[in-house]
Amino acid sequence: MFARIVWLVLRKDFTVEVRSLEIVTTALFFAVSCVLIFAFALVQEGRAPEGGAAGILWIAIAFAGTLALGRTFERERQSETLRALLLAPAARPAIYVGKLLGIVALLLGAELILVPLVALLFQAPLLSRPLWLAIILVLGTLGFAAVGTLFAAMLVRARSRDVLLPVLLYPITVPVIIAGVRATAALLQPEVDMAIISFWLALLTCFDVVFVTLALWTFEPLMTD
Amino acid sequence: MPKWFTPAAIVCGLMFAVAPLLIAQAPYESTMGLVQKIFYVHLPSAWVFLLSAIICGVASVRYLFGGNPRHDRLAWAAAELVVLFGAITLVTGPLWARKAWGVWWQWDVRLTSSLMGWMVAVAYMLLRKYGGPGSDKLAAGLALFGMANVPFIYISVNYWRTIHPTTNVVPTLPTSFGLPLWFSAVTFMVMYVLLLRLRVRLEEQRSRLDALYLSADN
Repeated sequence: MFARIVWLVLRKDFTVEVRSLEIVTTALFFAVSCVLIFAFALVQEGRAPEGGAAGILWIAIAFAGTLALGRTFERERQSETLRALLLAPAARPAIYVGKLLGIVALLLGAELILVPLVALLFQAPLLSRPLWLAIILVLGTLGFAAVGTLFAAMLVRARSRDVLLPVLLYPITVPVIIAGVRATAALLQPEVDMAIISFWLALLTCFDVVFVTLALWTFEPLMTD
Repeated sequence: MPKWFTPAAIVCGLMFAVAPLLIAQAPYESTMGLVQKIFYVHLPSAWVFLLSAIICGVASVRYLFGGNPRHDRLAWAAAELVVLFGAITLVTGPLWARKAWGVWWQWDVRLTSSLMGWMVAVAYMLLRKYGGPGSDKLAAGLALFGMANVPFIYISVNYWRTIHPTTNVVPTLPTSFGLPLWFSAVTFMVMYVLLLRLRVRLEEQRSRLDALYLSADN
């Protein structure tokens, strides 16, 4: 039952998105613009700064993620569909998980384009170890989206939600950004130190577990009027 | 107001008048000299900052799952004081660091985690102020996540090197340094309790006023 509701919510979001492509295109374009702004700001005399690529990639993901989170729930608010979703005889945590997987899928799709772009523009060997990079990106995106989905959902009813989402989200997701940037930067070193990468991956996993659990636990009281 | 409030406020005022004298007669620290005296403000405010953050987090969790508005008022009051004492800590710290370490700021574990904790408290206040109706529950959720976040920030920054003095400095202090320190710590603590009580009272009056408005409307 739980898995079925998750699937239904996910499929609904997916169908809506495929028909309009609104969030995918805007978030992706925004992320690419962020990367370009960083390129203009940091590239001096035609040379990219050393070790900047990891940070720029994660900043672009965080910014685009915030935009996507805001838009996803704004769409639910406009026609009061979130209320309908919450009124449905379905477990609240299942609705949360469905929404979370939708956001994660969206962001991972955006990263498929972002990673080669950053690798190209900043001459970073991001794609030399694709499997490790994929693990880091999935874990980091999951952690960011776990907090973001909960906050965006609960802010639907609040005033000035567009401003408040990044204000609340960034201080809380700092560990994800730190761990993601550090692990990616370690991956870019000529001599990869697996001990460092596995430390940050362990931290990311712990963060994901704790924050998904907390979100599942608090989604019910937070979404109740 | 409770009966103890006025006497406690007078005692607190007197302690604040005496504290500078005690701090002034404490000996100069051999390497840092005069700047070391910031310590007598920095450390007590940092303790109160931490205490207040814990109170805010615990009260928020109780409000989120219990729904008693008393806990909400306590959480809000504590969050405001986190911002206040956090600001004192974060201003006095760099003043001292400039002399002791030669830099204003270091991305060290305590500095970073204090800064992030302070930012969560500021985000909490922004949410309460601009979030509109229903933001009390949201703020409680934020406080819960902020509290859960602390160990992660601590671990992730601890992986970098640290130069901040550790907690085991305090018990080993000689009396000449320790007495003014403990005196100002108690002074800050009394002031904190007074401010917290005052702030909770303000919220109580506000909610009473709201209730009166509502009943007048009916």
